[in-house]
Order: sequence, then C-alpha cells, then structure tokens
Amino acid sequence: MRNVIRGALAAGALAAAAFAGAASAQAQETIKVGILHSLSGTMAISETTLKDAMLMLIDEQNKKGGVLGKKLEPVVVDPASNWPLFAEKARELISNQKVSVVFGCWTSVSRKSVLPVFKELNSVLFYPVQYEGEESERNVFYTGAAPNQQAIPAVDYLMKEEGVQRWVLAGTDYVYPRTTNKILEAYLKDKGVAAEDIMINYTPFGHSDWQTIVSDIKKFGSAGKKTAVVSTINGDANVPFYKELGNQGVKATDIPVVAFSVGEEELAGIDTKPLVGHLAAWNYFESVDTPENKAFIDAWHAFTKNPKRVTNDPMEAHYIGFNMWVKAVEKAKSADPDKVIDALPGVEQANLTGGVSKMLPNHHITKPVLIGEIKEDGQFDVVEKTPDLVPGDAWSDFLPGSKDLEADWVGKKCGNFNTKTGKCGGQGS
Amino acid sequence: MASIRNRASTLAALLVLLGLTFWGAISPAVADPLDDALAGFTTDKYDDTEKAIQGVVATAAPTGKAIFEALAAGRLVFDPESKSVLIKDAAGKLTLAKTGEAAPADLASRPLKTVRANNRIRRAVEAASGAFELQDPNPRKRIDAARAVFKSRDPAALKAIETALATEKDAAAKEALQQARAAIILGKADAPEADRVAAADLVADVGDQDALAALRSLPPGSPQTVKDAADAGIASIERWLSVANAFQDVTFGVALGSVLLLAAIGLAITFGVMGVINMAHGEMVMIGAYTTFLTQRLIHSYLPAIDGASLIIAIPAAFVVAGAVGVLIERTVIRFLYGRPLETLLATWGVSLILQQAVRTMFGPTNQAVSTPEWLQGSVSLMGVSLNWNRVAIVLFALGVFFALLLLLKRTSLGLKVRAVTQNRRMAASMGIRTPWVDAMTFGLGSGVAGIAGVALSQIDNVSPNLGQSYIIDSFLVVVFGGVGNLWGTLVGAMTIGVANKLLEPWAGAVLGKIILLVAIILFIQKKPRGLFALKGRFVDA
Repeated sequence: MRNVIRGALAAGALAAAAFAGAASAQAQETIKVGILHSLSGTMAISETTLKDAMLMLIDEQNKKGGVLGKKLEPVVVDPASNWPLFAEKARELISNQKVSVVFGCWTSVSRKSVLPVFKELNSVLFYPVQYEGEESERNVFYTGAAPNQQAIPAVDYLMKEEGVQRWVLAGTDYVYPRTTNKILEAYLKDKGVAAEDIMINYTPFGHSDWQTIVSDIKKFGSAGKKTAVVSTINGDANVPFYKELGNQGVKATDIPVVAFSVGEEELAGIDTKPLVGHLAAWNYFESVDTPENKAFIDAWHAFTKNPKRVTNDPMEAHYIGFNMWVKAVEKAKSADPDKVIDALPGVEQANLTGGVSKMLPNHHITKPVLIGEIKEDGQFDVVEKTPDLVPGDAWSDFLPGSKDLEADWVGKKCGNFNTKTGKCGGQGS
Repeated sequence: MASIRNRASTLAALLVLLGLTFWGAISPAVADPLDDALAGFTTDKYDDTEKAIQGVVATAAPTGKAIFEALAAGRLVFDPESKSVLIKDAAGKLTLAKTGEAAPADLASRPLKTVRANNRIRRAVEAASGAFELQDPNPRKRIDAARAVFKSRDPAALKAIETALATEKDAAAKEALQQARAAIILGKADAPEADRVAAADLVADVGDQDALAALRSLPPGSPQTVKDAADAGIASIERWLSVANAFQDVTFGVALGSVLLLAAIGLAITFGVMGVINMAHGEMVMIGAYTTFLTQRLIHSYLPAIDGASLIIAIPAAFVVAGAVGVLIERTVIRFLYGRPLETLLATWGVSLILQQAVRTMFGPTNQAVSTPEWLQGSVSLMGVSLNWNRVAIVLFALGVFFALLLLLKRTSLGLKVRAVTQNRRMAASMGIRTPWVDAMTFGLGSGVAGIAGVALSQIDNVSPNLGQSYIIDSFLVVVFGGVGNLWGTLVGAMTIGVANKLLEPWAGAVLGKIILLVAIILFIQKKPRGLFALKGRFVDA
C-alpha cells in the first residue's frame, strides 16, 4: 500500500522531470546521464548524498565544456528504496529517457534487480558501493570495493597490528554480510584460526536492541585471547549498536570493532566520544590529505552550500567512475554503450587519495585500501594504507565455488571463465 | 607479542613512577636520552612512537605526564623540519615537550604535524599512566586502576601493586589490590605453588568474566594443584554465571519492555482510550526526539553551564511540542473522522508521511547526534550482572510516566472527563462537559506522552526521520496484546513481549527469536481477540 502511494508520487515527479527534460532537449542536443538513487524511504539517508555528488560532477563537467562538445544532462529518478521499483525506473531511464549511462544503486539487492534490465536494453551501470563480489557483468562497472579490497586487508591489519586471535563476525541478515562473512570465515580458517574462535551473528534490518548481542560479544571476548568484531552491520542499525557498545563500556582498546559500512556520513549521527579508536576499512576517507581531495571537498561544500557536509567513500567511487566514463566516451568518440563498454577497460583516473585507479578487464578497478580509526570529531585517522593499489577481484579466491573463476571482458569476453575447465560459464551465469 | 609490549611499557611506567617520587631530588635539566626518545615521535611510525613512549618513561622526564596526556588527546605535535616535539594545550598554546617552556614564535608558525595514535599506542599510554593512578589520592581511582591490572594480569605491574598495598588504608581499595595481585601471581609460572593455589581461590571469589579469563589462561606446565584449584574456581564461577546470565537476560528484557512501554503508552491513550487508529503516533515520538536534539543544541550554545540537564529540560519541551502538534492534528483532521476507523487510518497515515517529509526537508535525511549526559553513561556491576545507567534510567522513567498517567486518568478532573466522554459521549455532553475540548486534550495528552518517549529513545536509537516507523508496529502490537482500553494491559503486555524476546534471543538468534514471538502473539490473539486484559461489560464506542 505504502509503496503504491510512493510509486505514484515518484511517477508524478518523473513525469514532471520528463516534461522539463523534453523542453530542454529541444534547445540543444545533450548526452543524458541517468541517476538512480533512492531519495525517499530507508536508503534515502545514504543515497541522497550520491545523487547530489553526481549532480555536482555533471555540473563541473559542463562548466569544462561537457563531453564531445555536448552538454551533459542529468536525469534524476527516485526508486524510493523499493527493489522492484529500481528495475522499473531503470527501464524508464533507458527506454524512455534514452540515457547513455546510469549511475546508481546502493544495496546489492537493488543492483541484482536492475541487472536483467541493463542486459536486455544493453546500457551501462556504474555501481559505487562496496559489495560482496561473486559477480561480473558486461554492462556493469563496479567502482566500489570487492571483498579483497576491503574485508581481507582489514582482517590482516587486525592480526598484525592488534594481535587479534578471536573473531566476531556480526552482520545484518542479507546477501552482502552473508557472502563477506563466508569469505572471511574461509580466510581466517586458512590462516589457522580455530572454529571455536569465530562467532558469527546476524540481525534483522534496523535492529535496535543490541543489549544481548553486545553482552555476548563481551563474554566471547573474555576467554583470555585478544578479540575483535568485524561488522557488516548495515544502515540505521549501526547507531544503536555503537551506542550500546559505549553504554556497556566496550572500548576500542579492549575489543576493537572494524566496520565496512560505517563512514563519515553515518558517524555524523552519533556522539563519537565513546567510539574513539574503533575502526573502519574503506578506499577513501575525507581526512586524507591530498590536493585532489582538498579540491573535491571544497567543491562539494560550495555546491551544497553547507560547509559541514561530509564526503565519503561511495562519493569518491562515483568521482572515479564518472571521470572514467567521460574519458572512455572521449576515447570512443561516442556515448554509445557498446563502444563505451569496449573503451572503458584500461582507462586510468587519478583517485582522491594520491594514486591512479585503473579500470580492469573484469570491470572492477584498482584501489588503495585504507584503515582508519574513528576520531572524536567523527572523522577518521588513517592508520594504515596499502603501499600499492589493490586490483579488485570479482571472484573470491577463498570460496570453493569461485576459486577457479575469472572475469575478463577484453580477451575472453566472459564474466565467469572457469580456468579449470577452460570454458565460459560457471557459477553465476 | 602484545603482552610483551604491554609488559615493557608498564615496566617503563613503573620507572617513571619511581622517577617522579624522587623528582625533587633530580635536577630538572635532562640530558640527551630524552632528545633521543622524543625523536621517536617525529618519524610518524607506530613502532617508533611506542618506543618513544617507553623512552620518555625511562628518562623520567618531568614533562612525561603532560606528554602522555597530550598524546592521548591528539595534542602532541612536531615540526617535521626541526624535529622539535611540542605540546599543544586545550587552548592551542604550544610548549616544548622537552622542557615545558613556551615554544619560540617561529616554531608555532610552522606547519606542525600531530603525532598519531592508534589503539596500540593508546594501550601503551594507558599502561604508562595507569601506574600513576595506583597512587591517586581518590580511592575510587585507585580501585579502578587495580581492576585494570586485574584485567590485564600484567606481571610487570606486580611491583607497583605491592608498593601500593603496603600503604593502602582504604578497605575496598585494599581488596581490589589484593585481587589484582592474586591474578598476577596465579599466572606467574615461577611463583611458589602454595601462593598460586591461594591466589586461584582469591581470584575465583571475584566471580566475574575477568576472573574466568584469568583462571582459564594458566601458563602451560602449571602444577596439578594449581590446575585443580583453577578448575574448581572455573566450575563455581560458571555455576554462578549461568544463574547470573538468566537474570541478565531478564534485566535486558525489562529494559526492552520499558522501551516498548514508552513507545506504546501514548498510543494506549489515543488508540486504547479514544479508539483512534493513529498511524502518525510514531512521528510524535520522532518529533519528541527532534525536540530533544534542538533543546540540547540550544542549551549547548546559549547556556553551556547546564549542559548536563538538557535532557531533563527536553522532557517538558517534547511534551509541549508533540502535544501541540497532536492537538493541531486532532482539530484539523481527526475530529471530522470519529467513528470512521478506516478513513482515520488512511488520514493519519498521510499525516505521518507529511510529518516525515517535513522533518526530512527541515533537518536533512541524515541522523542527528544527541549526546548522552555524563550521569547516564557507564554501568554498574551487581553480582556479575551488569546494569547500564542508561537502561536503568529508561526503566524508571517508563514506570514514572506510566504511573503519572494512571494518576492523571484516575485522580484528576481532566481524567474523569476523559473517562466519561469515552464511556458515554452523549451522557457526558448532557452533563455539561465540552466533549470536543476533551477530545482535543486527550489526543494532545497521548501525543505529548509519545513525545516524552522520544526523549528517552533519542538516547538509544537513531534520531532520523525514520525513527517513528520502527516503533509504530511494536506499539500497536503491545496495545492490542495488552488489551485495548486498559493501561495496565499495556504495562504487562510491553514487559511480557520484552522479556520473552530477550529470553528467546540467546538460543534462537535475533532474527528467528522475533519471528517466534510474532507467531506466538498471532496465536494468542486468535485465542483471546481482546488481548490480555479485556474490558468486560458494556463498552460504548465513542
């Protein structure tokens, strides 16, 4: 019922946007860029920022003269945190609005729901969020981190720097935490961690009463071995989780928590004093001190007219993805999806942390991995950075089903090439 | 590895302690070792920083304590060029770490870098400054320091513990120190066997998780008698802990039940007493939470002296704001829809969407930070059961609100009128009661109470436009389960659901536990459609 009304509202907004679009299209030929991020519903908290970031990037590109002499025209739709609506809105963007490329989605389930549409209508999607891997599609470019670019380096850091021997893998009950934890469990066992030293815990979306779980974590941590929590808890559930940690006196020096879904944006809603020292692993932090990052933050503050708006990792992913797309269009001299898809692998773009990211044949990119500790002002202090950029690995080397798979859209033209059988098409085809 | 590091740093801390004791005797002019130690802070590597901490401790520099405080607070800075290390105080004034003198002006204008600290460095700093606290004049602090040693079981701290024991007068502090000493001796392979057995008994008497950890991590090759004593200790603690755990689960359940009670109690009035299916109830809670946020911010900027009391001030503020919004909704929407439940449901749901989007437009879609005042932080441990002040406060607050409301309905003139109007509207009207006014006041009361719930929920949940949504289902569940129209039913319903949820969670998991509970409630409602405490006799709908 609720979704029906939301859908109706969104459709109304879309109709209005379509009118506006039609009017300006007559004035001058443009290249349309679709933005598919939820502006209402539960995911609005994270995705609204990405919509703003995209508008800023497009605006900046237009000030530089656009692409191939044409202006870029953003087309914003609101899929309202509703997974089936994501597919409908994607179809509208591609079929009716004739966009050349779409930047969007946050949750894995929204990406999975738009996949068939992008394949059928042959368009391009840039997906900016860290995800569980185990996927590589011709029409999708993954600018967020694969598990080997976030989870595994974070665990390595805890082992090396904190001497952690006992692990709590806590996550929200859906595909990203479940797959990531499966990979981590296999990896930890590979490293000689005993099964009884791993505790896995799942909670529903929006879980708000963490008393029992935090007290279980405390109990688990009192076995005389250094314990850490690896958190794939998503979205709003993080705030009460961290509050409960603070309330029950779990300090970062006793049991550190390393999170994969908590960034500057999420911390803006928490009193961070009790959280100092807890960790997060990302490929970008706002506190990274480079000239590129400073320019980006200044532009963001100017664009949003709010000097307090924070920047975060998925924004940087869109920054890299958008600039790669621009370069690919210029290289291919066309915004035609097929030509852009062929032109993208190999394109390089300076990221905001002082390196140059490259689009790989498996449609993932190279990224540095950064570990940050939460500071009192809600920013992160980078305590570790990989010396080189880490190439994104679509198929994890630690899962039995995907060890032998390889994605290569340049040479083999295949997203799941099985190196054992020498054939295209394994799991996930 | 970590323990060796800790050991080394604590040892170093002891040295500084000794050094400080004879501070007066030592000339303040420190020679080169301090320069060498301080140089470690300027390489921007954690290994060097940790060595530098130990180095500073070893030199017993008079500025040592200030250096550690600054390091922990992120106020220790250095000039990358001249390699001078400086302490920045809270006001931003710079002093030289070496001598404590004011920094020359040319240094202050350079681009200074902060000495970074991670958890490892913070642990080293804690260990280094922990030894100071065993001698703190405040016995509370001494007990905390002894507890910390009990937890870390750091053999290097033994000397400091024994020194402190020799002069300790306070009984409680003395006990804590003895326990800390026992925990260390228990794990010391070279201590006499008899001492270790005695230590095992002493540690077992503490009877909490930390004691269990100490008993479980005996070094390999310990004599059989020590092992036996430890095993006996483990068994007795575990027996006690299983009882304590069950009790702990119940306390968690009561805490959750209180949250549910707070969220549902306003609804018990608007829905339970007035019969209005108010889908915007959750948004009243949200408005209360946002009022708390605003109150806290206003007080923080204009009256920082009473920062700690901002939460108390927010209670009446939230009641007034949410109550006023409630009266407004009643006057403009609901009063036209009495007796038409379906239309009321749709209209109030529309109102809830409007309120959500309005808040989203005004404050943005992101969470707002409401801070927890000092006096609500921390926890107290009672016989192995830990109680958070935060949760204790919510339980007391929920019960307080409940009984205040009960009193209001039973003992005041407004309460009498409310009951009269809900039982027989026409009769009440003919007795001269202004029923529309009573309706508005009742709805405002229910909404105001929901606003008060928002103050409490801002302490444990997100303050975001979606706050209300997560509680609306639970609230209806509690009211329907408890019995519509009965405040006591709401209390018992909330507590039952809370405790059942928390007893199920440890063995069924959070996801399955919730499902089992929902199924159980559905079955219960099938059997008793009017809830736990059904109103008997004639109930005349308004």
